[in-house]
Amino acid sequence: MKATPLSNCERRFILRAVEERKRLDGRQCYDYRNVRISFGADYGCCIVELGKTRVLAQVSCELVPPKPNRPTEGILFFNLELSPMAAPGFEPGRQTDLLVKLNRLIERCLRNSKCIDTESLCVVAGEKVWQIRLDLHLLNHDGNIIDAASIAGIVALCHFRRPDVSVQGEEVTVYTPEERDPVPLSIHHMPICVSFAFFQQGTYLLVDPSEREERVMDGVLVIAMNKHREICTMQSSGGIMLIKDQVLRCSKITAVKVAEITELIQKALENDQKVRKEGGKFGFAESIPNQKITAFKMESAAVDTNHVEEQAEEIITKADPPSEAFAKPILHTPGTAQIGEGIENCWGDLEESDREEAVEEEDESEATALECQKMETEDTMKETKKDEPIVLSDSEEEEVVILEPQELPKKTRARTNSKQENTSKKAFNKRRKKKRAAH
Amino acid sequence: AGGGATGVAGGAYWVDSQQKRYVPVKGDHVIGIVTAKAGDVFKLDVGGSEQASLSYLAFEGATKRNRPNVQVGDLIYGQFLVANKDMEPEMVCIDSSGRSSGMGIIGQDGFLFKVSLGLIRKLLAPKCEIIQELSQLYPFELVLGMNGRIWVKAKTVQQTLIIVNILEACEYMTAEQRKQALAKLSGN
Repeated sequence: MKATPLSNCERRFILRAVEERKRLDGRQCYDYRNVRISFGADYGCCIVELGKTRVLAQVSCELVPPKPNRPTEGILFFNLELSPMAAPGFEPGRQTDLLVKLNRLIERCLRNSKCIDTESLCVVAGEKVWQIRLDLHLLNHDGNIIDAASIAGIVALCHFRRPDVSVQGEEVTVYTPEERDPVPLSIHHMPICVSFAFFQQGTYLLVDPSEREERVMDGVLVIAMNKHREICTMQSSGGIMLIKDQVLRCSKITAVKVAEITELIQKALENDQKVRKEGGKFGFAESIPNQKITAFKMESAAVDTNHVEEQAEEIITKADPPSEAFAKPILHTPGTAQIGEGIENCWGDLEESDREEAVEEEDESEATALECQKMETEDTMKETKKDEPIVLSDSEEEEVVILEPQELPKKTRARTNSKQENTSKKAFNKRRKKKRAAH
Repeated sequence: AGGGATGVAGGAYWVDSQQKRYVPVKGDHVIGIVTAKAGDVFKLDVGGSEQASLSYLAFEGATKRNRPNVQVGDLIYGQFLVANKDMEPEMVCIDSSGRSSGMGIIGQDGFLFKVSLGLIRKLLAPKCEIIQELSQLYPFELVLGMNGRIWVKAKTVQQTLIIVNILEACEYMTAEQRKQALAKLSGN
């Protein structure tokens, strides 16, 4: 699908607003949107919401042989996916520049900064190591994917617990979570990316750009830093020329923001830990808001139930009694019965409906053959009725065709005699076999 | 969804629904964004599955010599002449008598944003309280497109932003909350 184009008036308005130091949602230039972290039921699963941008992170592990040139280190694998539900412009399976750029940034931020101790992931040197895989999915795109993704990644890695392993000689035992508590990963520090959007050739800068601000910006600078003020990675894209002062200013702002966000992450991790220990409820289901007011909320209307019973009885007595149901079938011939007379055909002269009715009659007769043969022995009186033609409509084309068990279908009706009853069954079966052979 | 009987005996029911995705309907007035100029026809994005086409002659007073000044990225307020699931929708900026009656190119300033379709229908109701209360706050120009798009223009950027945020928030606010928010703003 194509992304919605940005109109000229939106572009002009956002640029004017930036010049007046105003943002669309009322933030200040250096303000972040609300960061919300929620954990899933499994260890290593979390969703981070940065305003309306949502990223889901999941960490998983597996025992694999190590890389040949690094026999004592575990393996880290990072993958970011832009789900088509995040924005109309994202299509599955198509490698866009944005996707490549984001993946590279995540790799540099988390792998090259050596925030995870890979030596501790080694189980048997040269044979078995843990492969830790981090999958990030973008669920909604409202700007600044990289910040949300880096927060989600590091939070999921901190939250994750891998199974405990013990090595005795050559034997490796992997304990299930029930046998021994799973062990957290060994994480040295938490690098977090902060994005700066530049406008008007670097004159104005905004922290944490939203989706519309991103569309209008000249370029972006991403700085990944941890709370110890160590820069882990830096990337400038969009071809903007930045002065040394601006970069230094951005790094100072980053230090402040990273400190705040790291505190938030610690609190969230502690909370989740506490809830799990106390046996409370945790998981995504708990963090979804249940009640939301929409524009269509209406006051519940009071219903007057004072005289409901009397009104109901009135209605029942005034209503017509239901018509009697006719349960007795009318027997035409052995093998064909009719229940009720049917209503008049009001479809007009449609040839198709006539053909359909004739076909239906044939099908019905075969099915009810065996049943009706029992009834014919009881109701001999009803034979007299079949002499009267049953008129269902005025149409001459429409005729009720009743199949004879012994003869091929004729246009006229025939009588049945009690003599024919005994032979009818045999003849019927013979005819059935003939029909099957024909097919 | 919800329902309410329209007073008239014989029970006509209006079933309201909550959705954000627009499906073009003949006769609807919408705001479109010009994406391409292909010869005599403009292609507009209206938020549906197909782009709508708009002929350059479908403006008031347009002739072959006197063409409307439409650029890519402009906003157009028009109505659907043809809109069904088998063909691409067609828009026009004049009504059946040839007058524009408010349709055409929307001015250069102002801001465009998107809300749910239900909120638009609520705002277009004859005596909408939200619009009345807002108009007491600041003077502003407003164009509502049935495809969920709203264009607002007020005197300053700040005022425009305030109106945009209130309209977006009206989706989830009750009447009392809205009155409180507006009282705070007019007090400032």
